[in-house]
Amino acid sequence: MLKINALHKSYKIGDSSLHVLKGIDLSVEEGEMVAIMGSSGSGKSTLLNIIGMLDVADTGEYILDGLPIDNLTEKKAAVYRNKFLGFIFQSFNLINYKNALENVALPLYYQGLNRKKRQELGMFHLEKVGLADWSDHLPKELSGGQKQRVAIARALAANPKLLLADEPTGALDTKTSYEIMEFIQQLNDEGKTILMVTHEEDIANMCKRIVRLRDGVIMEDKKVTQVRASAHV
Amino acid sequence: MFDLDLWREIFQSINKNRTRSLLSGFTIAFAILLFTILFGIANGLQNTFKDAFVDDAKNRIAIYTGRTTKAHNGLQAGRRIRLKNEDFDYIEEEYDDKIQFLTARIYRNVQASYKNETNTYDLRAVHPDHQFLEKTLITDGRYINENDLKNKTKVAVIGRLVEEDLFIKTDPIGQYINLSGVQYKVVGVFRDDGGDNEERKIYMPVTTAQMIYGNNDYINEINIGYNPNLDYDQAIGFGSQLRKDLKKRFNVAKDDQRAIRIMNMAEATKSVDGMMVGLGIIILVIGFGTLIAGVVGISNIMIFIVKERTKEIGIRKALGASPKSIVSIILIEAILITAIAGYIGLLIGFGVLKAVSPVLEDYFIKNPGVSNGLVIGATMTLIIAGAIAGYIPAKRASRIKPIIALRTD
Repeated sequence: MLKINALHKSYKIGDSSLHVLKGIDLSVEEGEMVAIMGSSGSGKSTLLNIIGMLDVADTGEYILDGLPIDNLTEKKAAVYRNKFLGFIFQSFNLINYKNALENVALPLYYQGLNRKKRQELGMFHLEKVGLADWSDHLPKELSGGQKQRVAIARALAANPKLLLADEPTGALDTKTSYEIMEFIQQLNDEGKTILMVTHEEDIANMCKRIVRLRDGVIMEDKKVTQVRASAHV
Repeated sequence: MFDLDLWREIFQSINKNRTRSLLSGFTIAFAILLFTILFGIANGLQNTFKDAFVDDAKNRIAIYTGRTTKAHNGLQAGRRIRLKNEDFDYIEEEYDDKIQFLTARIYRNVQASYKNETNTYDLRAVHPDHQFLEKTLITDGRYINENDLKNKTKVAVIGRLVEEDLFIKTDPIGQYINLSGVQYKVVGVFRDDGGDNEERKIYMPVTTAQMIYGNNDYINEINIGYNPNLDYDQAIGFGSQLRKDLKKRFNVAKDDQRAIRIMNMAEATKSVDGMMVGLGIIILVIGFGTLIAGVVGISNIMIFIVKERTKEIGIRKALGASPKSIVSIILIEAILITAIAGYIGLLIGFGVLKAVSPVLEDYFIKNPGVSNGLVIGATMTLIIAGAIAGYIPAKRASRIKPIIALRTD
């Protein structure tokens, strides 16, 4: 599904440069649910951004679903992001002047679907996250958990191969966090491959595999017994 | 290619971000409004100048005579100089190629009566060319013609106000008017933009007047319309030449200012034209200034808009928006707002000009207004400027890495 070899990334800060990723090797199979952990500055977000094609690596190999991701032009990256990837962010990143349904339907707009089809698919995914009744509400009229569920519906709308979540529960209280995790686990049960950055142990333990980063290298990569979020709700 | 979805996105963005749209629209509307008003007022000023000279032909040279003030060639000072038909003929022959129109003028004051109505008027006995020099507009009948001159016919052309005074409910054409005891047939009625005074005049053939009033060949004044192909300097030169020749012809001292006087419109027109050019430059500066201010305003707004939408752009890119779609959504929104706001500014500007127009007339600003073409041109300039000003930030926005855009709050 996803294969990374000897990935390096450094950022220029003034005259000096900060070496963030120092040779990452990682491979993720279809249907996996992986938590990437590490303290701040360990490079976990950078790794997720490179996987998400929001950022580019300096050197190294990245193959997504058999497709080598290199020499990305902006245009090509846009197409790949739209086709292969769904994003879930800590701060939800909904467009504030669009209602829930319009937000969910936005990736479909960039896929070139017609309006009717977009509405249909958007509604379908909103229903899936249990917010069908909230479709015409603006983000500011929704609670944090609801916003994140809209964001998840949006990530699912384009039917991506890989779901990337950057601290998806970072802005939520524990109860809501578990509800969201329960939902994400459910998606994984249905076969979605999920990659998640988190620094919370309990959230990481709800995944099936934990990859720990420190100072730009992988310290530990182990499979864990998944803790079902439903047990905590 | 019309992309309904793209327009839907743009209208939603404009509609849902009303404050932003209104503020940027206001700036542009204001720039166009100022442009329209300033330009209109400047145009009005120019119209006033133009109108000041609309009464008479711009290429007129008038020759008057008086008494000599200096003794010359054994002749005493105080001698009366009078123009005669032979002088008229001399000018006609001598300067034929420099003359477009030529007419003599004899002044008289007459008591005019028709039936029971009587009044006094200025009479001008003239040649047919006089019509063009004075810009007399015939509204009914005809002007004096060559036939009248040859046959010394007793015909008169009367002003609009003479008709109003004397011919109550009667068509004056073909009627006989009594001028100081002599009956004349009215052959024409005229209008003149020179004002009421010019419309209380009566014209008749110069030959008829000479026969009836004293049976002589004296002329009060000779008016020339110089050849319009002459430029100002050539026309002024012609006037000086005429002055010199006539002084010689009448044995008048070169520095005698009273005996023969020549009024040359070319001199006045030249300075007025200079003023018009100056005014034109001021208008251009005003126009460009406002437009540049508008363009700078648009650029600022565009930079602000892109900055404000950075996060949204990041989200859209993360969801698969191509750089092209980012550029077009921002650019088309900018152009749309500019076009609509520009048009509104234009309408308000027209309205304001129309409303204040009567008041401005007291300040020598006549008919303030701008041509449609000019204003559309200005709006187009603003739209194009808005597009260029918007393109650079929009392009930059499309290049923002989504990860950086997403981090901004």
